[in-house]
Amino acid sequence: MSFMSYLISGISLGSVYAIIALGYTMVYGIAKMLNFAHGDIIMVGGYVVFIVTSTMGMSPVVGILAAVVVCTILGVTVERVAYRPLRDASPLAVLITAIGVSYLLQNLALLLFGADTKSFTSVITMEPLKLAGGQLLISGETIVTILSGIIVMIGLTLFINKTKTGQAMLAVSEDRGAATLMGINVNKTISVTFAIGSALAAVAAVLYCSAYPALTSQTGAMPGIKAFVAAVFGGIGSIPGAMIGGILLGVIENLSKAYISSQLSDAIVFSVLIIVLLVRPTGIMGRKISEKV
Amino acid sequence: MKMAKAKKNFWQGSGLTYGMVILAYILVEIALKTDHMSSLMEGLLVPLCTYSILAVSLNLVVGISGELSLGHAGFMCVGAFSGALFSKIMKGSIDPTVSLVIAILIGAAVAAVFGILIGIPVLRLRGDYLAIVTLAFGEIIKNIINAIYLGRDVNGFHFSMKSEIELGLGEGGETLIKGAQGITGTPQASTFTIGVILLLITLFIVMNLVNSRTGRAIMAIRDNRIAAESIGLNVTKYKLLAFSVSAALAGVAGVLYAHNLTTLAALPKNFGYNQSIMILVFVVLGGIGNIRGSVIAAVVLTLLPELLRGLNNYRMLIYAIVLIALMLFNSSPKAIEMRERAAEWFKKKRQAKEA
Repeated sequence: MSFMSYLISGISLGSVYAIIALGYTMVYGIAKMLNFAHGDIIMVGGYVVFIVTSTMGMSPVVGILAAVVVCTILGVTVERVAYRPLRDASPLAVLITAIGVSYLLQNLALLLFGADTKSFTSVITMEPLKLAGGQLLISGETIVTILSGIIVMIGLTLFINKTKTGQAMLAVSEDRGAATLMGINVNKTISVTFAIGSALAAVAAVLYCSAYPALTSQTGAMPGIKAFVAAVFGGIGSIPGAMIGGILLGVIENLSKAYISSQLSDAIVFSVLIIVLLVRPTGIMGRKISEKV
Repeated sequence: MKMAKAKKNFWQGSGLTYGMVILAYILVEIALKTDHMSSLMEGLLVPLCTYSILAVSLNLVVGISGELSLGHAGFMCVGAFSGALFSKIMKGSIDPTVSLVIAILIGAAVAAVFGILIGIPVLRLRGDYLAIVTLAFGEIIKNIINAIYLGRDVNGFHFSMKSEIELGLGEGGETLIKGAQGITGTPQASTFTIGVILLLITLFIVMNLVNSRTGRAIMAIRDNRIAAESIGLNVTKYKLLAFSVSAALAGVAGVLYAHNLTTLAALPKNFGYNQSIMILVFVVLGGIGNIRGSVIAAVVLTLLPELLRGLNNYRMLIYAIVLIALMLFNSSPKAIEMRERAAEWFKKKRQAKEA
């Protein structure tokens, strides 16, 4: 039974990674850049929820909505100010700029909210679920996280496949030049991508901080990098890949924490990534790109 | 005629770089001798050399070989720990300077071995995948070192991955590596002079490699892998060579770093991916492929937060803004166009004046 509970909490952690990884993968697929500041948007989302619910004492629903709005605006603004001028510059230049944005957000948070760890009160008030005659206890956070993961994945897949904007995103990721010729506003499409990615980051922030309540300016860094690994794991640029990669990563991390060593769990997660990439160099769901001479 | 041209190239290229480093060294020494340097700046001298070596060695991979590596701090970590471990074992039994030299060689050798071991699988990948795997390797190295316990007593060495007690040390036993607490009591043998000598050696190795037949082969592979392969260049061999030389030099920087501290622990701050990214920032801002630029950027960007110390909490914020602004100014197509227009305007003005 303990295996089942580790597995379920692993899926829950994996769902958070998957939601963050979706943001990474969409931005990578459409804007062809690694948004290193994505993890820090999570941190900002966490602080917004903290301030609205704990300091101002409003209801969690308002907090979550505020976080989504703030993160969306932040993501779009960052894209407009820092990334758009570099649209045709070398990928490395964009990467370093993204790192700069990441430093900026972290230090801004440090200045505004101080260096002390804030303890986040879980916004999820659901009774734990008892299964198998009380042997298997699943916390409310876990259930809500897994459910939100499923909802986000279904919603996003529908959005991409059924709406005009979603189709435009697919077209831009396929071939930016051809998409422009077809009358698609590339800048607008990329802005929408950042908006969606950042809104998802806000959702992830709420879920992550509810499960791990210590909030500092560094909170977003580690889940950010893990989600990045998850996105690569599944094949960066692929939406189902990000989901699978995220959940697998969460499960592997939790199981190795439980059965092998909690100290080495990160090393194990990264080793699995390396092995997967050596067997399938473009990730689980990645497309093989053949080189033309 | 040909000789004269070669000589000129030397003074415009590598000679200028050496000269710059030596001049900086002389100026700093004068300032030190005449007491014109604050203790804060004095403490920064060895780190400046460390970061310069790291930036130059990473430039070999990123600039010359054209592969984005985000795990450079991992090699630094390996070098630092193997060098510091040697110094700690040998402490008191041999001359400290000799010990440091051997420690540097050991650090370089161990880091080079790791470079080859990691390079063989990693260099099969491309672009962003290579970047993430090097990042992963860096984190794995840091993670494993944090879990190592090594002790020594009369029966020899004891090794454990669990805890200090697991070592089962006998009487008079001494723990050498204490897991996450790392190595304590490394002799502080690093000096600015040693740092500068190591930096000059690094520059010599990298610049000679770049200007050699091997270096040209590496750059040919960077520019067009398929074309290079078709004229018979062994892609894996040359890439691996650049990668492992770069790792060895990072190991040297690690040894220098380790001997500047009393306690060496693998923290996310000093050996994590943040450090790798920091080194990458030096390389990119100094100009990818530009060795001299790497040194200048490493020095300026290490000094900048310290010079901004008066601004207290705002210093890292300003650092971040400067970084973004520099990137936008340097790389954005619009900014480049504006700069060109400004240059043209000045040129016209000067011509008008002359006429």
